[in-house]
Amino acid sequence: MPMVTMTVNGQPRSAEAEGRTLLSQFLREALGLTGTHVGCDTSQCGCCIVEVDGRAVKSCAMLAQEAEGARITTIEGQAAEDGTMSKVQAAFVQEQGLQCGFCTPGMVMSVTELLRHTPKPSIDEIKHHLEGNICRCTGYRNIIKAVLVASDQPLGALASDH
Amino acid sequence: MHNFEFIRATSVAEAAEILRDDPEAGLLSGGQTLLPTMKQRLAAPSKLVSLTAIEALKGLSQEGDSLTIGGATTHAEVAERAVGIFPGLASLAGRIGDPAVRNRGTIGGSLANNDPAACYPAAALACGAMMVTDRREIPADDYFLGVFETALQDGEILTAVRFPIPEAACYQKFIQPASRFSMVAVFVARFADRVGVAVTGASEDGVFRWAEGEAALGAAFTPDAVQGLSLPETGMITDSFGTGAFRAHLIPVLTARAVTSLTAG
Repeated sequence: MPMVTMTVNGQPRSAEAEGRTLLSQFLREALGLTGTHVGCDTSQCGCCIVEVDGRAVKSCAMLAQEAEGARITTIEGQAAEDGTMSKVQAAFVQEQGLQCGFCTPGMVMSVTELLRHTPKPSIDEIKHHLEGNICRCTGYRNIIKAVLVASDQPLGALASDH
Repeated sequence: MHNFEFIRATSVAEAAEILRDDPEAGLLSGGQTLLPTMKQRLAAPSKLVSLTAIEALKGLSQEGDSLTIGGATTHAEVAERAVGIFPGLASLAGRIGDPAVRNRGTIGGSLANNDPAACYPAAALACGAMMVTDRREIPADDYFLGVFETALQDGEILTAVRFPIPEAACYQKFIQPASRFSMVAVFVARFADRVGVAVTGASEDGVFRWAEGEAALGAAFTPDAVQGLSLPETGMITDSFGTGAFRAHLIPVLTARAVTSLTAG
């Protein structure tokens, strides 16, 4: 089986992968990074989103061998080494932008990419950017609030709990 | 997914040679359609030749009033980089799938696949784009042959697409609410001497030009010029999301909306 090497969360990592091995499988099964969740495996839900060379992609719709030499960032790479959560992660906690938490790794990765190119997104921009991330618990309201908090914006009409 | 040998080509010539030597080999661009298709075992190539490491297939270049986009250019790159050159196309690219799909999916992959509800074929056909392959150039009018069918021959590689840049263009997409693919979408492109109108999502034969709409808008570029027109429902897709009559009805409606957005203010 061919050996695949990539930089994952700043560390060089190598493991064998078949042609058909998906990047999501490679991260979870070969590298043990199970924070990347596989919700649908049909590229609908966005739970498996990771960054590949600075772009958020669905790791279930990319082959491990396509990532040879790439720079990968997963949910495990978001917190600081001492465990301090990233600004986006902390905002999800503060606003309770999750219930079961299954979609959260993909949400955090998508939002992290969004805020890099759009530091102050409008609510419409947030909704447009999260079209590929499905949450079956929250109804999205608290996720949008979390994005507003992570981007240092007032909650406005969403401030009320009603 | 059945297993296969993965090969990352470094040139178009290398990819073409692999395809020539093995008729069961396939091409992989962004993989946002092909990999899900292979998971369902609807495709099972012996080898997959990845095109995305070939630098010559990437990027946008403008020469006068034409814009050439490499086949392996992602939707996200088109959305970001065509804004100042061909905003109607940038807007279309920025609404394909979702952000993560746009970061991987490519224009060449979309045009080679020719899904009957894909977005790019409507723009290519309305503009009269030129499909550039490793063997020849194919005008859009001769390229789209039907659902998932194109004029590409076995082993032929779509390397770029060259758009004449319209004076103004608008893509009106009426999405199917579950899949968020186009239920019907219309691309209107206005040039100095003609108007192109192409429709995706509606026909059982895939993307098509709406000649009557083009003629009407060529005579008067106003919403009223097309609002009274109608298309036959024969040959339009009927499924659980909409009847053929509904899809036929949407075509003049969306065309008029495109013209309104291009002429307002």
